[in-house]
Amino acid sequence: MIETRSLSVSLGEHAAVRDLSMKLNSGELVGLIGPNGAGKTTLMRALLRLIPSDEGQIFLDGQEITHDPAHFHAGDISYLPQGQDIAWPLTGRRLVALGRVPHQTSWSHLSAADDAAIDAAMELAKATDFANRPVRQLSGGERARILLARALAVGADTLLVDEPTAALDPYFQLTAMEALKTATQQGTSVCVILHDLNLAMRYCDRLYLLNQGGLVAEGQPHDVLNDANLKAVYHVDVARDAQSGLIVSHHLLG
Amino acid sequence: MAFLSFLRTHPYGLNLTLATCLGLMMFVGLFLGYAPLGVADATQGLLGIGDQRYIYIIQDIRLPRIVLGALVGGCLGTAGAALQGLLRNPLADPGVIGISSSAGLGAVIAIYFGLSSVYAFSVPALAIIFAIGAMFILIWLAGRDTSILTLILAGVAISSLAVALTSLAMNLAPNPYSLSDIVMWLLGSLSNRSYSDLALSGPFMAVGLTLLFAAARDLPALTLGEDTAASMGVNLKRLRLQVIFGAALSVGASVAICGTVSFIGLIAPHLVRPLTQHDPGRLLLPSGLLGALILVLADIAVRIAPGAIELKLGVVTALLGAPFFLWLIIYTRRSMR
Repeated sequence: MIETRSLSVSLGEHAAVRDLSMKLNSGELVGLIGPNGAGKTTLMRALLRLIPSDEGQIFLDGQEITHDPAHFHAGDISYLPQGQDIAWPLTGRRLVALGRVPHQTSWSHLSAADDAAIDAAMELAKATDFANRPVRQLSGGERARILLARALAVGADTLLVDEPTAALDPYFQLTAMEALKTATQQGTSVCVILHDLNLAMRYCDRLYLLNQGGLVAEGQPHDVLNDANLKAVYHVDVARDAQSGLIVSHHLLG
Repeated sequence: MAFLSFLRTHPYGLNLTLATCLGLMMFVGLFLGYAPLGVADATQGLLGIGDQRYIYIIQDIRLPRIVLGALVGGCLGTAGAALQGLLRNPLADPGVIGISSSAGLGAVIAIYFGLSSVYAFSVPALAIIFAIGAMFILIWLAGRDTSILTLILAGVAISSLAVALTSLAMNLAPNPYSLSDIVMWLLGSLSNRSYSDLALSGPFMAVGLTLLFAAARDLPALTLGEDTAASMGVNLKRLRLQVIFGAALSVGASVAICGTVSFIGLIAPHLVRPLTQHDPGRLLLPSGLLGALILVLADIAVRIAPGAIELKLGVVTALLGAPFFLWLIIYTRRSMR
């Protein structure tokens, strides 16, 4: 369970996150949505203490971690950043195995428990087929699944995921979201940044809608993604499916 | 090919094969040299029995030279692999990024001001201090930028400064003898090295290598960038300092022993990387073993090469390494397109 109270973060002179309070309960899939530059990634990086916060507090399981170094709590919080650069052409499985680093010491090798966690994560992310292929030979979508499996392999209670569906085709977008949903059913809290509002509506338990660093709305997906909010934040008009409420098309205001 | 695929899938097999080859070539190196000794004479000399002259040649001349060669090669190979892992760049090498020339400058200053004759340890000490300084300047210049161009340019700048100051020392050398001393030493050689060199530099090498090998868990995590590595529990500040000090200690001590021997840290990791499945942590040991093997072989080549004047080790490794570096730049540029 991770929580922020009145958190503010600056990037240089720019106030990227302003007075933001949010809470991620255990077993919950929470979506962070908002237009480009809304402060979603900055908030996630601040939760990980990769960038310092100006004001406010961050709590993990009730304990304040605002000023803890980034490498603390590694086994408790797992992070999948957006569009990762992979420096060396490791095989798929070796890359997923990196998820076990927080559980290893300098001189230790992968244990049977590590192997089991790696297999389960690859299964969940549907990445088992390219376990033995070098990651540089994989397509963008295959790579994204391997990277998701890496984040799942940590076995952390809290998973922070930045746009996991960006490079994926529709089938694997759903697969990735299903994988995150399954993780929450196993007790993991997942916070995911999404640009696809329909995916957010279908899969997330709650949404936080951000704009210009501030919180615009919080709550059930259908409440947050109402027409007024979409107009105000995204500057679009939407047409919806009458039954499900999902967005079928959107166009510029005016 | 079957053997290569066996080595690829069995990390212990790769290390064992390299260690066996190294042991074998170190033994072969014992009976190759100016005085022709047979296998029996060399073995007896090694065991300390038989002709006193042979015992002296083997134990006091050839053995320290071979052991130091293996150690220096091991340090350069391991440091190269660790730096490449830290900087996430296959072109990082102690020579290319200016550690070796800076360590050389430190050692030259110790020789030039006569410190080396008063305090013997001043050579490795100054070499190491200058190597650490160079690494800090490199990190300051290239920072977290992983671009190859920035790294190489920063390395060129540091090397140029170190070489310029070394040239200044040579320019101002008080007499032709000290000039010749500096030049011959800078060319890189293992001849006339003794156990006292080992005692002087060995502890620095041991500490340096321990620091580098202790980074084996964290270096692979850097494959996914600094943010992910930090989120996986890697203390980036500590890791950076650990590899910088490890490389500076081991390379600085190596340069203090035998002058500037370049490119081993570039060639060794590159050759074994495909056999370690490109894993930056698993690369450290085989890279060190191969570095040791290459240097022992290069030193044997220097000793048995015909001609009245012995070729310098640094000259031989540079002649082999520079074309390899050129090829590696072309290859890396192509694979990045």
